[in-house]
Amino acid sequence: MDNIVGKKPALTWAVNISMAVLVALWLFPTLGLLVSSFRTADQIASSGWWSSLGTQERQVPAIRVEGTEVEVDGRFVIEGRLFDTTDARVSAWGTSSRQPEAYAPGQVVDLDGGATLTVIEDGTYVLSSPVTTEGTRLPRIFSTAATPPEFTTENYRAILFDPKNTDGMAKAFFNTLTVTIPATIIPILVAAFAAYALAWMDFPGRALLIAAIVGLLVVPLQLALIPLLKLHNDIGIGKGYLGTWLAHTGFGLPLAIYLLRNYMVGLPRDIIECAKVDGASDFQIFTRIILPLSFPALASFAIFQFLWTWNDLLVALVFLIDSTGETTVMTKQIVELLGTRGGNWEVLATAAFISIAVPLMVFFAMQKYLVRGLLAGSVK
Amino acid sequence: MADLQLINVEKAYGEVKVLANINLDIKKGELIVFVGPSGCGKSTLLRMIAGLEKITAGDFLIDGERMNDVPPAQRGIAMVFQSYALYPHMTVRDNMSFALKIAKKSPAEIEAAVAKAARILQLEPYLDRLPKALSGGQRQRVAIGRSIVRDPKVYLFDEPLSNLDAALRVATRIEIAQLKESMPHSTMIYVTHDQVEAMTLATRIVVLAGGGISQVGAPLELYERPQNEFVAQFIGSPAMNLMAGEVVETGPQTRVMLANGGVAVSSVPTIQSDRGRRVNIGVRPEDLLATTGAAIFTGEVEFTEALGEVTLLYCKRQGKDAQVVAKLPGIHNELRRKTVSLGADPAKVHLFADGQSLLYR
Repeated sequence: MDNIVGKKPALTWAVNISMAVLVALWLFPTLGLLVSSFRTADQIASSGWWSSLGTQERQVPAIRVEGTEVEVDGRFVIEGRLFDTTDARVSAWGTSSRQPEAYAPGQVVDLDGGATLTVIEDGTYVLSSPVTTEGTRLPRIFSTAATPPEFTTENYRAILFDPKNTDGMAKAFFNTLTVTIPATIIPILVAAFAAYALAWMDFPGRALLIAAIVGLLVVPLQLALIPLLKLHNDIGIGKGYLGTWLAHTGFGLPLAIYLLRNYMVGLPRDIIECAKVDGASDFQIFTRIILPLSFPALASFAIFQFLWTWNDLLVALVFLIDSTGETTVMTKQIVELLGTRGGNWEVLATAAFISIAVPLMVFFAMQKYLVRGLLAGSVK
Repeated sequence: MADLQLINVEKAYGEVKVLANINLDIKKGELIVFVGPSGCGKSTLLRMIAGLEKITAGDFLIDGERMNDVPPAQRGIAMVFQSYALYPHMTVRDNMSFALKIAKKSPAEIEAAVAKAARILQLEPYLDRLPKALSGGQRQRVAIGRSIVRDPKVYLFDEPLSNLDAALRVATRIEIAQLKESMPHSTMIYVTHDQVEAMTLATRIVVLAGGGISQVGAPLELYERPQNEFVAQFIGSPAMNLMAGEVVETGPQTRVMLANGGVAVSSVPTIQSDRGRRVNIGVRPEDLLATTGAAIFTGEVEFTEALGEVTLLYCKRQGKDAQVVAKLPGIHNELRRKTVSLGADPAKVHLFADGQSLLYR
């Protein structure tokens, strides 16, 4: 009597923990990527992305005193600020790299030649000297300061909008869209018709066709790459968008037809028969009744197809990208960046985030259809 | 508005014949009800008339025109499905106008037809709702409205009330009866397993059993003069009592000596050669009366069910033969465990030999 309806299963906590682990596994890398893409190279090098979210205390690189000298009461005074922001809090400072934390804020320190230097907490400093410092090398200030979070959109500007940047992602982004959108729409159009025929029209060989489609589901795509490319070259399509759309369509069709057929078969027979009695032809039944009712399945397949064509590298490399590089897609561009800008984490993080942003938006906008589609045909 | 004819119609799935030798003439303006136990093929027959199932042999004519291979839409029929089969993504108005739009009628014509049907069925307030926002009874009315707008020659109803609750079923049944009355020239075929619907709605009832037609007739004809034991037991509730016996006296009235020791007199005439023939007599529970004279049945009341207006007595002779059910007017709970003698008016005693009624030979 442990499984009485309404009683929580004993392993609820296990379910909850594994949920939490899964969410964490997915969320942390994504969040890290997002945060890193808004930081400068220096920030990424000096601290982890997680510490950038709060106020952080760190040693600031040496800043040389500069400013206009003003004569006050016979002494030459330079006043200035260490930081642009007023939110920083200096906790210690020094004048030599050997002792960067020698003095407390507010302390007046004697320098050589009777000069004094003081740095107060908010980062303003005063250098006072009995003789003019014009032409001499001014001292450097080392400081340890707590600075509030600081983010920049510079990475995105450089990668997306800087026309001089040859590693830019803007072109690749639009190329990826050019590949993905037709490669999502064409198989849906074809598969919806096929699925209707396989689900609701009687013709000889229907069962065999369905079996063949299920068989095609498990054929690895690599098998067809080279023969297909040869075919494309022979019939004059060559490398290009058209060939890529055709390849994506072909590779996506078995799953599309299978998913949609399973969904359409589950629609009530009475409704279709009623439409027949009402005088609708098969085409009218398809467009007026089946298509609107199949919207959840269509949407869920569209998400699947969109996500995998968006993330695809293999098909694009084989069928699209040529030596000119004009038709490069984002996945390929990121591979390139790994080679040319391998040390620049801010560039890589930004590029990666740009490429996952669209799938993320698609996922969040259509998640209810994704789940519904996963269940298509499995439960009534 | 049409005559239908089924001539030797047959339905086979591969080798298995589910329906055979179906011969039926349906006159214009009749409301024909198909009844039968589940699996008897009544829905299949309706779907064959609709054109949703192929007729594997025989001819089906509407107004003398052979319809076997005509697609459903061109047969001039409209069908109301058990599940209503409303298009879930369309409003009531769109549901009702769908067929007319497919037929490319003018918008004004469609508007008028929908408005008229909505008025008849009191659906006007719901025209812009989706089916999911309607109650079961309203959905059923939309389904009927959808067939009315097409102004078909034949209406087909496939168990239209079986998804409704009891109270709504009665109300909708009356609505259908009124609808039929308001359209005296339209032909309707109605499939149900509910006897009450069959008895109240039908002009004629077709009882289907064992892949064929058992009897066709007006409701009371089936009740009063069943052609065979199947129809006798199928029509009426509780079912007719059958008791085995032997004919001992023939003539305009027949006397039967029953195996349970009783004696029955029936006004079914028999001929000389019937003497000694083994027969079953049939008496409806409501026709059995307590008697002091010659009893058809004497036995102990095992169980009673008082329904208020009537009391059902389940009687049995000590350890012997089948149960006999009697329906007595009024409340008789005191009869439990008592021994009763039951007799019947000879006019109400049916005679069956080899399952067939002796009335019809």
